[in-house]
Amino acid sequence: MTEYNFAYLDEATKRMLRRAILKAVAIPGYQVPFSSREMPMPYGWGTGGVQVTAACLVPEDTLKVIDQGADDTTNAVSIRKFFARVAHVATTEATAEASVIQTRHRIPERPLTDGQILVFQVPIPEPLRFLEPRETETRTMHALEDYGLMQVRLYEDIARHGEIARAYAYPVRVEGRYIMDPSPIPKFDNPKLDNSPALQLFGAGRESRIYALPPHTRVESLDFEDYPFTASKAAGQRCAICGAEDSYLDEVITDDAGGRMFVCSDTDYCATRVAAQAEDAA
Amino acid sequence: MYVAVKGGERAIENAHAWLDDARRGDRDVPDLGLAQIREQLALAVDRVMAEGSLYDPDLAALALKQARGDVIEAVFLTRAFRTTLPRFGASLPVDTGAMQILRRISATYKDAPGGQVLGPTFDYTHRLLDFDLAQAPEVAPAPEIEARPADTPHILSHLDAEGLMQGETPGGSEVPDLTRTPLEFPAERALRLQALARGDEGFLLSLAYSTQRGYGRNHAFVGELRIGHVRVSAHLPELGFEIEFAEIELTECESVNQFQGSKTEPAQFTRGYGLVFGQSERKAISMALVDRALRARELGEDMDGAPAQDEEFVLSHCDNIQSSGFLEHIKLPHYVDFQAELELIRKMRRDAAARQAAE
Repeated sequence: MTEYNFAYLDEATKRMLRRAILKAVAIPGYQVPFSSREMPMPYGWGTGGVQVTAACLVPEDTLKVIDQGADDTTNAVSIRKFFARVAHVATTEATAEASVIQTRHRIPERPLTDGQILVFQVPIPEPLRFLEPRETETRTMHALEDYGLMQVRLYEDIARHGEIARAYAYPVRVEGRYIMDPSPIPKFDNPKLDNSPALQLFGAGRESRIYALPPHTRVESLDFEDYPFTASKAAGQRCAICGAEDSYLDEVITDDAGGRMFVCSDTDYCATRVAAQAEDAA
Repeated sequence: MYVAVKGGERAIENAHAWLDDARRGDRDVPDLGLAQIREQLALAVDRVMAEGSLYDPDLAALALKQARGDVIEAVFLTRAFRTTLPRFGASLPVDTGAMQILRRISATYKDAPGGQVLGPTFDYTHRLLDFDLAQAPEVAPAPEIEARPADTPHILSHLDAEGLMQGETPGGSEVPDLTRTPLEFPAERALRLQALARGDEGFLLSLAYSTQRGYGRNHAFVGELRIGHVRVSAHLPELGFEIEFAEIELTECESVNQFQGSKTEPAQFTRGYGLVFGQSERKAISMALVDRALRARELGEDMDGAPAQDEEFVLSHCDNIQSSGFLEHIKLPHYVDFQAELELIRKMRRDAAARQAAE
C-alpha cells in the first residue's frame, strides 16, 4: 500500500459518517452515535473532528485548521498537515477563503458565510455528563426533555457565586429542544452559534457521537430572566498587536514582575487587521 | 514586542527528528532487530497483539521498536494500522479443545485427562536476578516429549457432564464488532468479552483484584488455564467450504464460581471466561474474573455498586488507547478556556470584594 484513500478513510466509513451527519443535521442538537474509527492520532486530540472533516472534504475544498483560535498551534499544524498529505486539499489560514474549518475551542471572529462548514472537536459531547456520569441515564433525560437537573445546577451556581460559574463549554438549547454542549469554546463565542449561515458540525471520536447545527438554527445559551447570559472576555482590554476591542483575547505573561499583555486569540483576524492598518498608513 | 508563538511546524519536525535520534540511542550499540524483539521480548509482543487486537508478531515487534518499548504507544500504532485493514468476514469459532497445548493447569483437580502441563512458566522460579544472562550465555534446548495426539478436553466439561456447571447461552449468529458499531448499553456478553479481550491488562488486573478483596466478591477457582496453538478457519461462501488460514497462539482461562441458585434454578457453578492472544495468563485470569463479575445482573446477584460489576464503568474505561489519549490531551494548549476561567475567577473575586466593602 503506497497511498491512502482520499481523506484517509475508506469510502464505506465515510458513507457511515455522512449518514450520521445527515441524521444529526435532521435533528439539531441531538447526539447521534456513530462507529468511531481508530485514527492515527490519539483520542482526545481531535479524532472526532478529523473523522467529520474527512467525511465532508471534497478535492475542491480549502481547509483551515485552528486550535485556540490560532492556525500555528502545534496540533492545528499537525491536523492540517495530515489532510494536506492524505487528501491533497488546498489549505489556508484565511477564514474567508476556507470552505471547511476544523476548530478546537474557538469560533473565528470573522462572521462565517453561507456554504462554509465549521467542524468542532469535542471532548465530552454530553452536557449533562458532569451532573450524571451514566450514559444510559443521560440519554433518557434527553429523550424525556428532563433538564431540571441542569436548571438546578445553574441556580445553585447563582446562589453560591452570584452568577453562573461557567466560563467555557457553556450549555445551550437548540431550537427550544435539545440541550447541547458547544464544546469547550469560551462563552464569548456562544452568540456566534446562533443563526449562523454556516453549517456547524460537532465530532466526538472517543465518545462516538456526532451532532450538528444546520445553518440558521436558533441557539440560546441557558440563563434565567433575572440573570441573563452575558458573553464575557478580558474586561477593558484591547489587543496589543492590532488594537481590536471586539475580539477574544489571550493573556500573555511578558516578564516575571507581573507584566502581561493581551492579544487576539484568532491569529487570522489579528493579522488581517494589521495588514489593513499598514495599507491605510501607506 | 511579543510576537504570537510561530514556527509550530518547524518545532514539530525538529521534535520528531530528535525522537528518531533518541530511539536509535548510542550508535555504538547494534540496532535492535525485529526478530530479536519477536523472539526475545515475546511477551511484550503478545501484549501488543492482544491490546492492539491484531495478531501479527512481526508488526507488533515493529511497533515496539518504533515506540521505544512503550507498550501502550505500540498498541496505539497497531490499532491505527488495524483500522485501515478491510474486513472480509468473521472466522469460525476456534476450537480451544483441539489446542496444541504448551501449558495447561487446573486449580480444581489434581489430575484430569490430558494431565497438568506446566509449560514455559515463571511460576516457581525464584525471582533472583540472573546475572549470567547479561553475558549472553548459550542456552541448552529444553527437554522434549511427543505431543499428545488427541484433543485435550476442557476440565469444566467434566462438571458440565454432571450438570453442575451452568450452561452458556449461545450467542446470536451475527458476531458483534465493537470497532464497527458504537458501544451501547446494556451490552451483550459477547460484546463485553470483546471489549475485555482488547482492554488494558493493568486495568483488568486491578478490577479483578478488587473483586477478590470484596468489591463485588465472588470467589473464583481457576478451573482451567491453557496456552497453546489453535487453527483458525473461515467459511468462504464463494467456495462453499471451510478453509484453514492461520494458526495462532492463545491463552484461555475458565474460572469456576459459585452461584447460590434462584427460585427457578438449583445451586450450581458458573463460569467466567478469558481469552487472549499470545501468552498472557495474568490478563486471561483477570478477564475471566471481570467477565464473571459483570454477569451479576443477569444472575440476579446483589449489586453493591462495585466497579467490577458495573458494565458501563468497566467498558467505558478499559480501553487504554481511549484513556491514554484523553488523559494526555490535557497537555495540549488550553489557553482559551483557561483565559475564560481566569476572567471568571477575577470577576467573582472583584464582586466579592465589592460586597465586603459595602457591608
